[in-house]
Amino acid sequence: MNIVVCIKQVPDTNEVKIDPKTGRLIREGVPSIINPDDKAGLEAALRLKDSQGAHVTAVSMGPPQADTALREALAMGADEAVLITDRAFGGADTWATAHTLAAALKTIPYDLIITGRQAIDGDTAQVGPQIAENLHIPNISYAEELKVEGEYVTVKRQFEDRYHILRAKMPCLITALSELNEPRYMTPQGIFDAYREKQVKTLTRKDLDVKDGDIGLKGSPTRVIQTFTKSPKAAGTLVNNLTSEEAAEYLLDKMKEKFII
Amino acid sequence: MDFTLSKEQEMARTLFRDFAEKEVKPYAQELDEEERFPSEALEKLRKYKFMGIPYPKEWGGAGCDNLTYTICIEEISKVCATTSTMLSAHESLGTWPIYKFGTQQQKEKYLKKLCTGEYLGAFALTEPNAGTDSSAQQTRAVPEGDHYVLNGSKIFITNGGYADTYIVFAMTDKSKGNHGISAFIVEKNFPGFTFGKKEKKMGIRGSATRELIFENCIVPKENLLGQEGKGFPIAMMTLDGGRIGIAAQALGIAEGALNETIKYVKERKQFGRPLAKFQNTKFEIADMATKIQAAQYLTYRAAIAKDTQKSCSLEAAMAKLYCASTAMDVTTRCVQLHGGYGYTREYPVERMMRDAKITEIYEGTSEVQKMVISKYALK
Repeated sequence: MNIVVCIKQVPDTNEVKIDPKTGRLIREGVPSIINPDDKAGLEAALRLKDSQGAHVTAVSMGPPQADTALREALAMGADEAVLITDRAFGGADTWATAHTLAAALKTIPYDLIITGRQAIDGDTAQVGPQIAENLHIPNISYAEELKVEGEYVTVKRQFEDRYHILRAKMPCLITALSELNEPRYMTPQGIFDAYREKQVKTLTRKDLDVKDGDIGLKGSPTRVIQTFTKSPKAAGTLVNNLTSEEAAEYLLDKMKEKFII
Repeated sequence: MDFTLSKEQEMARTLFRDFAEKEVKPYAQELDEEERFPSEALEKLRKYKFMGIPYPKEWGGAGCDNLTYTICIEEISKVCATTSTMLSAHESLGTWPIYKFGTQQQKEKYLKKLCTGEYLGAFALTEPNAGTDSSAQQTRAVPEGDHYVLNGSKIFITNGGYADTYIVFAMTDKSKGNHGISAFIVEKNFPGFTFGKKEKKMGIRGSATRELIFENCIVPKENLLGQEGKGFPIAMMTLDGGRIGIAAQALGIAEGALNETIKYVKERKQFGRPLAKFQNTKFEIADMATKIQAAQYLTYRAAIAKDTQKSCSLEAAMAKLYCASTAMDVTTRCVQLHGGYGYTREYPVERMMRDAKITEIYEGTSEVQKMVISKYALK
């Protein structure tokens, strides 16, 4: 079984501070990490490798520094690593990113693709499902548990107030939640091998069959107008033990009080 | 001179720091209070293959270098010196002599298991009447047929009772002094080998420090390490390497104490402002940070020397001497900056100050390091 895991290198948001004047992230001196949901996806792939055998390839799209995230994936136990990097891919939104990643994935054999649910620096949760759409394969998002039997993947999908058990025939794409597992540590030997014995393969613009209009800043329909820090909201009021009628009356009173109605 | 770490060494440091914070730190206070062996950490150190960091892969090691191993000891010591004592005694003292002096057969039988962590290692040189003066060894090994018979005792042996193999030094020819000492690989369950009392210590209280007792202990001849009468140079060369581990430990303790203190002086307020705003605090912090940086360079220099030079004796002695005194000085000043709280067990600096003291004593006292250094200086 070939498993491809898409990982993103992100600033560790636990360490990020926001400049109170400009409202922007202070990225200086902030360590870069593998996005936590993606790391859980990688761990899920490595556990499948341990239990039933699989060839695990870690893929990342990003600047050359993303090499570090891929070496970390190799040090955890991934068999191969591919870095998709080119100035032409810069400034991509989720549409362009998914097109680029899908084009790269067409050059790599896969039965199962695992991505994280969302990246902690963007929080869109769009790229995984968009890759699946581009590749015309089924997608199950928000995986809390994951099982592979024969050609099928069974996933426990987290939902707001319940969970769903879904089954899909491979090839398919799963988006993983960090709750899926506790990722393993790298090993010292894994780190040395990752740098001294393994390669990170690089794919650039010319290696991918994708339209110019679907990549980079030009291929990104999203325009960011403004970013800002949300002002904190006051604590709400909890009103308990009311009948439905009393509750409706209470709400009406409150709305009148605030001149909403 | 370039002190930049390679990418793999940098990534290894990130791993060791993360591991220490999550897997070692939560137990540190408890291990000290209860004088309990760091079994939880040992299990994880085995699982993540930290037990043979500087040894080649063909022997089950991680195939890294001594600098990387040194960084591992440093990072673990920042949070728990008990755990790093166990690891350092295993890798530097219990494993290295077999790697360096063992026969192919001894390596097959013991080195692989030590490097993978299946076995825990220990090293036994000190005796009740032979500390710094190791030529006064009284443990004797007498050849008899296909084995040696060992009689005597060793004290202050780290990992004693928990280790599976012990590098034991004994006199095969008393008349020759140092030239009459031989080294042996002794398994825990060899007949006639038992354990005496476990020491109650000031610091590194979770580390097991025990007496070893040999009463007609039968050691097969194939377990002689190196040649008969060549035990003393084996012991000294092993200790040269071990001292780099202790330097790294002392360095880590000092760094850990400073980290805790920086956190404290930013939060603790007196006279209406944080302690960090007072000039005395700033000067103390600056002094400590500078000493720590110097200690780190000496330690890394010694680790590189072990990887690249025939002997690292001088570098190791200087690193250990300076790091141990830095650890003692820094932890004492950190307790002082914490004031009354620093004297309580509520804050880790109290434990760190107690842990620091041993680094001036074991694997050669600071005075022994000065003997080594002056020997080179006065040559």
